[in-house]
Amino acid sequence: MILEAAREILSALRHNKLRTFLTALSVAWGTFMLTLLLGAGRGLENGVTWEFRDDAVASIWVRPSQTSLPYAGRRPGRDVRFSNDDLEVVDRLAGVEHASGRFYYWGQLSVARGSRRASFDIRGVHPDHRHLERTEITHGRFLNDRDVVEGRKVAVIGSEVRKMLFAEHEEPIGEYIEIRGLSYLVVGVFEDQGGQDEQRKIYVPISTAQAVYREPGRLHHLLFTLTTEDVATSQRIADTMLTLLMERHDVHPDDRRAIRIQNNLERFGKITEVFTWIRAFVWIVGCGTLLAGVIGVGNILLISVAERTKEIGIRKALGATPFSIVGMILVEGLVITVTSGYAGVVLGVGVLALVSNAIPAAPFFRNPGVDLEIALGAVALLALSGALAGLVPALRAARVDPMVALREGD
Amino acid sequence: MIRLEKINKSYRSGNTALHVLRDVDLHIAPGEFVSIMGSSGSGKSTLLNVLGILDRYDSGQYLLDGQLVKGLGEREAARYRNRFIGFVFQAFNLLPFKTALENVALPLYYQGVARRARNALALEYLDRVGLRERADHLPNELSGGERQRVAVARALITRPKLLLADEPTGALDTETSYRLMELFGELHRDGLTIVIVTHEHDIAERTERTIRMRDGKVTAEVA
Repeated sequence: MILEAAREILSALRHNKLRTFLTALSVAWGTFMLTLLLGAGRGLENGVTWEFRDDAVASIWVRPSQTSLPYAGRRPGRDVRFSNDDLEVVDRLAGVEHASGRFYYWGQLSVARGSRRASFDIRGVHPDHRHLERTEITHGRFLNDRDVVEGRKVAVIGSEVRKMLFAEHEEPIGEYIEIRGLSYLVVGVFEDQGGQDEQRKIYVPISTAQAVYREPGRLHHLLFTLTTEDVATSQRIADTMLTLLMERHDVHPDDRRAIRIQNNLERFGKITEVFTWIRAFVWIVGCGTLLAGVIGVGNILLISVAERTKEIGIRKALGATPFSIVGMILVEGLVITVTSGYAGVVLGVGVLALVSNAIPAAPFFRNPGVDLEIALGAVALLALSGALAGLVPALRAARVDPMVALREGD
Repeated sequence: MIRLEKINKSYRSGNTALHVLRDVDLHIAPGEFVSIMGSSGSGKSTLLNVLGILDRYDSGQYLLDGQLVKGLGEREAARYRNRFIGFVFQAFNLLPFKTALENVALPLYYQGVARRARNALALEYLDRVGLRERADHLPNELSGGERQRVAVARALITRPKLLLADEPTGALDTETSYRLMELFGELHRDGLTIVIVTHEHDIAERTERTIRMRDGKVTAEVA
């Protein structure tokens, strides 16, 4: 019986080719735009997520600066200095997972190996630092606790560093490199999703770095990962951290400049929030376009019903129930919207795939596309809107008086 | 077959009510071949609408084959029309985008008969009106007389108790009209009850009995 109904409907649609085509076009356009918008939104989202891929998202970075307010008998303009003790105290706070200090060698330093020579950033860090930068060891190992305790002159080098200081076939592990006249044993090679720049770094034990500069215990930067993924919780931890460090360094409670704290989870949360809005906006615009298409279908079906009053009257005179007439018009609307809408979705997905392949991944935009879930959602939305589009015309058709069949003319 | 008792029907337009049918009494026996005549405005079309269950009436009783037809919902009315009544219209009223065969089969579609079965039956009925070889033609490829024969086949396919024809020859030339009346005559001899509304005397003369209407009343019956 469904097949029978489909036959009836197809013949009616074929009868009005141009009208059917134009209606289908408007709906297809709507879903095409919706798909494109959703895909573009997704591309933007992927791009930003990509920007964050480098470092642990649930992390807090603390950097000391200068005081701006007098406090506890001390003048403003004083440098705050962090030490190993600060790191240990903060590491004990609830919610803190991994902790590492950083000690920077000043500027880019010339690093030599035999006749090869290049300039790199060098950071003294704790073993847990690899969790913060999402460092991936490809050869050897990362720094360990004994390296730190014994102040060993060992180095873990980025893959770019390896490329510049070693020939392709050379095994870097166990070789020595020279930094500021001191030899360091290479114990590991790493890669970092942060790109070439991050792979141009050299990590050495924090204690070694402090010794080289004769600043034992000094830390330039405190880095922590958190056990939580919740923005509010992370913010509480950050506040606790800040208060604790301010007390330890005699900083005025209102001094916003002395200690800079950066909560990456909060930053990420803010951006994620922006994306929620963008996504909502995209849906609203897309659905608006779709709605215009659906209204178009509704209108065309209304015209169609008006034109077919005579036909509907004849059908009723021959025994068509109002229900069967409603069904006929409703399914007509459904057939037009769902098939053309689906075609629009497919076309949109195709264009997104082309775009995704054709353009290089730009900052903040990469891999636009829609997932199956959203595509299915769009199709469900279509089915619903198709039914909606057909409803008014169908009810009007059901009210057609069978007596029109008896009237003369047309 | 048909028993109308004191049927009244009026249309309301604004404040004035137009009394279209006044106490119409009418009996038509099974197998009768009857024509209804009257000038326009005489109420004959309304009477046909009532007989065809296309319109309601205000008071009185309409018994079709012993069954009371009164206050039917739209669905039931559709079912009664589909099962009991075959319609032939002045303007033929074939669906233009369907072939002769599909047009004839249409009432069976609304009975839920499978496509193959109803097409087979439709072909049989087309054969009966002499149009078997025209089955695959669209209405606009047929002559007026052929179209009306297709319409007759469509009216007959549900084996109705009653064939109602509204000015069936109105759009046909004289010769074609007579040939159609011959077809009706044959159907009549096979036992079908037929009611024709017409304003042409020569057509009315070819039926067994003529009922005349004037001002909403049955004025005379001519045997």
